[in-house]
Amino acid sequence: MATKSSNAFVTNLPKIYGGYAGGFIGFVIILAILEQMGVPNKIIGYAFVFLTIAVYAYIGILSRTMELSEYYVAGRVVPPVFNGMATGADWMSAASFISMAGGLYLAGYGGLGYVLGWTGGYVLVAILLAPYLRKFGQFTVPDFLGVRYEGSAARLAGVVVLFCASFTYIVSQCFGIGIITSRFLGIPFEVAIFVGLLGILVCSMLGGMRAVTWTQVAQYIILIIAYLVPVIWLSTTLYGIPIPELTYGQALKEIAEFEAKHNIAKHHVAAFVDAKGAFSWVEFHNFWALVLCLMVGTASLPHILMRYFTTPNVRDARKSVAWSLFFIFLLYFTAPAYAAFAKREVYRDVIGQQISALPAWVQNWSQVGGMLTIKDGNNDGILQLSEFVINQDIIVLSMPEIAGLPYVISGLVAAGGLAAALSTADGLLLAIANALSHDVYYKMIDPKASTMRRLTVARVILVVVAIIAAAVAGTRPAGIIQMVAWAFSLAAAGLFVPLVLGIWWKRTTAAGALAGMIAGFGVCLYYLVGTRYFDMELWFGIRNISSALFGLPVAFIVTIVVSLMTRAPSKEMQDFVDSIRTPKGDLAWATGSRHD
Amino acid sequence: MATMTPDKRAAHWRKTSRLMWTILVLWAFFSFIVHLFAVQLNSISFLGFPLGFYMAAQGSLIVFVILCFWNAAAQNKIDEEFGVAED
Repeated sequence: MATKSSNAFVTNLPKIYGGYAGGFIGFVIILAILEQMGVPNKIIGYAFVFLTIAVYAYIGILSRTMELSEYYVAGRVVPPVFNGMATGADWMSAASFISMAGGLYLAGYGGLGYVLGWTGGYVLVAILLAPYLRKFGQFTVPDFLGVRYEGSAARLAGVVVLFCASFTYIVSQCFGIGIITSRFLGIPFEVAIFVGLLGILVCSMLGGMRAVTWTQVAQYIILIIAYLVPVIWLSTTLYGIPIPELTYGQALKEIAEFEAKHNIAKHHVAAFVDAKGAFSWVEFHNFWALVLCLMVGTASLPHILMRYFTTPNVRDARKSVAWSLFFIFLLYFTAPAYAAFAKREVYRDVIGQQISALPAWVQNWSQVGGMLTIKDGNNDGILQLSEFVINQDIIVLSMPEIAGLPYVISGLVAAGGLAAALSTADGLLLAIANALSHDVYYKMIDPKASTMRRLTVARVILVVVAIIAAAVAGTRPAGIIQMVAWAFSLAAAGLFVPLVLGIWWKRTTAAGALAGMIAGFGVCLYYLVGTRYFDMELWFGIRNISSALFGLPVAFIVTIVVSLMTRAPSKEMQDFVDSIRTPKGDLAWATGSRHD
Repeated sequence: MATMTPDKRAAHWRKTSRLMWTILVLWAFFSFIVHLFAVQLNSISFLGFPLGFYMAAQGSLIVFVILCFWNAAAQNKIDEEFGVAED
C-alpha cells in the first residue's frame, strides 16, 4: 500500500526527474568549462565517475525500506513510463552500451542479429507473459512456477535456471564495469571491478527493488544523453543534420566506396557473408538462430519479467512493456549509426596512413591493454587494414575522441557506460538475491521467518553474490557479448516453456513442466559447456551463443508429452489459471497453497 | 473470482487469443521472414539505406514498438468489452 509520502513522490515524478536531467546537463557544462580552463583530464574522469555514483547512492539511501513489498516489488507504485525507463536501463547493459556498436562495426549486417534479438523479444513479453505474471502478482518468477506447478521441485528448478543465467550475465557486467572504471580512473582492472561493485551495492542494498527502480530511471537519463550526444554531434558536423539515425545512410555509402577502392572483400551491409565476403549458409543459419534465442531469452529473463511486478495493475503492465521497448529502441536504432561513423573515420583517417602519424585517439587506446593493436607486419610504415586490430568494446568509448570532441564528452560517455552497467548489474543482483532469499530461504527453508529476518537474509545474499561475481569477472572468462548471449540461451531453454505453457495451456502438468525444464536446460547447457570447454563439434554449424536453439524444441516436446502422459491439473488449478487470464478480480488460489 | 459465466470467459479468452496470434504472426514476419530476403532487398534503396540492412537495423524495430503499443490498447479494449478491465 502506498504511503502518503510515496504518493506525493509518484505524482511529482516528471518534475523530479526533469529537474534531475537539467541538473545533470548543467554538471556537464560546468565540467566542459573546467576543461577549457585547464583542469586535467584525470580529474574530469574522476568527477564523472564519483559524482554520478554519489547521486545513485543518494537515491539508494532515500529509498531505503523495511517493508517487504517495497523491497521486492517497489511497492507496486511505478507508473508505466517511468517503469519503462527503469526497465530500459536495466536492459541496456555494458553489452548494449559499450560492445554492441563495436560488434556492428566488426560484423556489419551480421551484428544486426543482436539489434533485432534484443528488441523483438519485448513483443513476446507483452503478449505472452507480462500481464499474466502481473495478475499473478507475487514477488518472483520462481514464485509463479512454485504455485502453478504445485510444489518446491518446480520452484527450485526455476531458481537454478535463474541463477545460472543471471550469474553468467552479471559476471559479464562486472567485466564491463571493470573496463570503464579502470580506463577512466587509471587503476588496474582487477581493482576497478571491486570499486564498481561498491557502486552497485550502494544502489541496491538499502532499498531493494524500490531503490533499484528509481536509481535506474536516473541511470537511464544519463545513459541515453551520453549515448546520443557524440553521434548527434558527429552527424551535425558531417552532414548538417542532427539525426544520426537518418544520416548514417550516407556514411554507409561512403564506406561502400572505400570498400571498393581498397578491395575489401567483406562489405559492411552485405547480409549473411563470411570473412571473405561470400554468401554463407552457416552465417545465414546462425543469424536467425541468434535472433530467435535472444528474443525468446528476453521473454525468459527473470530480472526483466519481474519489472512488470512493480506496476500498479495489469493494464499498466502492458503499457509498461511498450514504454520499455520504446526507451530501448532509442539506443538500439542509434547503435548502427555509431558503427557506420566509426568505420567511415577509420577508413578515411587511419587505414592507409603513416604509422608514425596516426590520430591521437589511436595512439591513446593502443596504450590500454588489449584494446587496439598496430603491428607493421610488412614494415612499410603504412597501416594496412590487416595490421589494425580493434577490440569491439572500445568503439563507443573512443567515439568522442574520434569525433574530435573535448575530453568532457569522453567522461560523459564513460558515465553513461557506467550507468548502463551498474543498472543492469543491480537488476540482476536483485533478481538472484531475491530468488535465493524469497524462494529458497523463505518458501522452502524457513516459512515462519520474520520480515526483519527475510530482509536481512536478502541483503546478506546480495553482498555475497556480488563479491563472487566480481571475483569471477576478474578472471576475464570470455567476451562480454558472448557471456550475455549464453545467459539468454540458458534462460530461454529453461524458463520460456514452463512460463508460457503454464499460462496458455491449462493441460500443462507439474511433472511435464519439470521434465521440460530439466530436459531443455540440460540440452542447452550440455551444448554450451561442450563446445566451449571440451572442443565439441558444432551441431549444424550453429555457434554456442545460440545454444537454446536445441534446448527450446526439446523443452516444448518433453513438456507436452509428459503433461499428456500424466494426470490433468485439478479443477482448482484450472480455475487458478482462468483467474490469471482475467485482469479484474482476485486470484483463485488453490486450497492449501501458501502465499503472501 | 470475477463473476463471469463460462461462456463469457471463453469468449473473452478467444478474443484475447486471436489478438495474441495476430501479433505473434506479425512479429514472426518482421523478425524472420523479412530478413530471409535481406540479400535481395539490399539492392533496393530506402531513405538512402540498402533496404535489407534498413529493415534489420530500423524497420523491424519500429514495427516491434508499434506492436507493443497496439497490444496494450487493443487488449484493454477487449477487457473493457467483457467487463474484466480493472477499475
